[in-house]
Amino acid sequence: MVSRKTMALVFANMHDRSVPELTEIRSMASLPFGGRYRLIDFLLSSFVHAGITDVGVIVKSNYHSLMDHLGTGREWDLARKIEGLSTFPPFSSEDSNAGVYHGRMGALFGIINHIRGSNAKYVIMADCDHVANFDTERYVEEHIKSGADISMVCCKLPWAEDLGRNCVCVSSDETGRVTDLFINSRCDEGGAYSMNIFVLERSLLESIIENAHSHMYSNFERDVLLRNISRLNLHCIMHDGYVRRIYNNKSYFDASMSLLEPEARAALFPKGKAIYTKVRDNAPVKYGLNAEVTNSLLADGCIIDGKVENSVLFRGVTVEKGAVVKNCILMQDTHISSGAFCDCVITDKQVVVGENRELSGHISYPIYIKKFSKV
Amino acid sequence: MKDTVAMLLAGGQGSRLYALTQNIAKPAVPYGGKYRIIDFPLSNCINSGIDTVGVLTQYQPLELNEYIGDGRPWDLDRLSGGVHILSPYQKQSGSDWYLGTANAIFQNISFIERYSPKNVLILSGDHIYKMDYSEMIAAHNKAGTACTIAVLEVPKEEASRFGIMNTYPDGTIYEFEEKPKEPKSNLASMGIYVFDWEKLRRYLTEDNANPASSKDFGHDVIPAMLANGEKMLSFRFDGYWKDVGTIDSLWEANMDMIDPNVPFDLWDLDWKIYSRNSALPPHYISAGATVQNSIICEGSEVYGNVDFSIISPGVTVSDRADVRDSILMPGCVIEAGASVQYSIIAEKAVIKAGAKVGERPENCENKGSWGVAVVAGGTVVGKGAEVKPKAMVYSDVKDGEVVW
Repeated sequence: MVSRKTMALVFANMHDRSVPELTEIRSMASLPFGGRYRLIDFLLSSFVHAGITDVGVIVKSNYHSLMDHLGTGREWDLARKIEGLSTFPPFSSEDSNAGVYHGRMGALFGIINHIRGSNAKYVIMADCDHVANFDTERYVEEHIKSGADISMVCCKLPWAEDLGRNCVCVSSDETGRVTDLFINSRCDEGGAYSMNIFVLERSLLESIIENAHSHMYSNFERDVLLRNISRLNLHCIMHDGYVRRIYNNKSYFDASMSLLEPEARAALFPKGKAIYTKVRDNAPVKYGLNAEVTNSLLADGCIIDGKVENSVLFRGVTVEKGAVVKNCILMQDTHISSGAFCDCVITDKQVVVGENRELSGHISYPIYIKKFSKV
Repeated sequence: MKDTVAMLLAGGQGSRLYALTQNIAKPAVPYGGKYRIIDFPLSNCINSGIDTVGVLTQYQPLELNEYIGDGRPWDLDRLSGGVHILSPYQKQSGSDWYLGTANAIFQNISFIERYSPKNVLILSGDHIYKMDYSEMIAAHNKAGTACTIAVLEVPKEEASRFGIMNTYPDGTIYEFEEKPKEPKSNLASMGIYVFDWEKLRRYLTEDNANPASSKDFGHDVIPAMLANGEKMLSFRFDGYWKDVGTIDSLWEANMDMIDPNVPFDLWDLDWKIYSRNSALPPHYISAGATVQNSIICEGSEVYGNVDFSIISPGVTVSDRADVRDSILMPGCVIEAGASVQYSIIAEKAVIKAGAKVGERPENCENKGSWGVAVVAGGTVVGKGAEVKPKAMVYSDVKDGEVVW
């Protein structure tokens, strides 16, 4: 439990453009992951485990799937009389000039009344582009202890070209004080990448939002943090342990496949810190006489009578007799017909792969099949 | 005002399930991996449009109460109606445990009166089936009968194990026989009754005043209504229905889920069976594991061999462990090299490395002594220990020990 009252703000659409195909019909927050989750589940669950029950989700576009997923917030125990889950679609009025906002600062200005109305001492802000069992309690406590103005949660990541299109590299000294920020560039040995999770006092956030609005600043890192790097005391909190960042299809594929490792599952789903998600009430998985499944993760509702290898199957997937599925991510209700062969394929929800069809991508370039497609 | 209020009798001890109902009521016994027996009547209610359900509990209610909670998993958290746990309570005139099925309803007349229903549907928490009660209620309303009883055709030779309804061709019941030696028909009562509430209230009150009555629906109330010439109708049900009152029938009902010849489809999205969710990740099947003809639930990890078995949420089947024709209930652990055959391993039990539980009937020397082995919840079967077929393990088994 966090020792001081903290509110949370989640930016649902901030990195949609990193995975344009996967987010064509949804927000980054509602991107399906790990067989039965959406990316936002990892954040919401971590807030609830830290005792944070005032959670605002700021959405911008394509948010129907997210609204459907969140409902009243009940599944995360966030359907509360006092506080609980609130969602903030773009708000437009003649004098505020908000509308569909630009950047994080515009989004925050759009909900300034919500922030002002809270009695929380601290605010934790987060985007939905990382998968981890976030230790929200530690982030907040370490921020309080550091005495910093703003804390940034950071992690080490292996470099990949696409990572550089949308990242912030953080340099800090041995006390954790941030000395410099590099936008969209590669970290050197001592640097770490920002996980786009920030902790600060609510009163400071309010003044930053007002100041940014009057200067027409839209970007938090560039216009607020970098501009004031010598004036603000910025602190880097390292997230150790399992973390994956989703910044293109390949990283999504790799992060999904990492769940086949027992260490990753133990880190992401430890006992006592469950990841909550919307329940679908599927029956358990049924394995038929011809099922041959190895090294795979399967969610409830699947019916398997074919061969499945090194794959992640979401709820309600059917693999018919004689079908072969290797190195695949099959989202909810995908149907693989008999005799079909799929290797390195990501199927979106409700895809049907017909009899004897053959689909092959490569580990370095998995192919993606759009929602509702019939192959 | 509700058209129909359902009353679910969930107070039975389930004594013939022995170790499985040591600490929990029978309706809370796990079935089919992720379900508990009570999920079936509750889901049938909501799928049939019945949103007011009283659950009568008496024996070991704690786990059942917590499981039902506010009724949310079954969509039974309602402003008006919803699911209510009805335990025996103290009244000005004194207090009593529920003395029989009819007495349990009698003691809750005031609960039913709050909704002024036309009909009351009586259900029990011992059966696995999917049934649209609204069809039965419609038949009951159309015929304008005092009571309608769901019946199932059973094989003639088994009929003497059931309560048998003797009916005219139009379905009207003229006689009820409890476990008759020479059954006249093969229509067995499923323990599902729709009563006209006005009539039922009168009969319950009379029955309660009768000191000779055992206060049971099948034994007292139904015969009294028949004797009084009340119009009573049988309603035929021809789907899958299984009483899970014994170890063997519970084991069989679980195995029916994987038998392609049994018409019982839990994957049908039009009649979902709801249950309280365990918030566990998808299950994992490792490289080198083999899984066939089985049911596996979320949160489980399989490194060994699983065949013809039901694996509940959060179960671990370790490397080289061999699980066949068995039911592993939530959270149990089968350690490396252990063998589990024709067994029911209850919640959170641990079968240590190299232990052997149960046996195939073919391998059993004395066929007469063969049966499903049962290990009670939370117990530990030690390393290399052996639990023989039909054994009932209530407490920890030491390393290397043999239990008959």
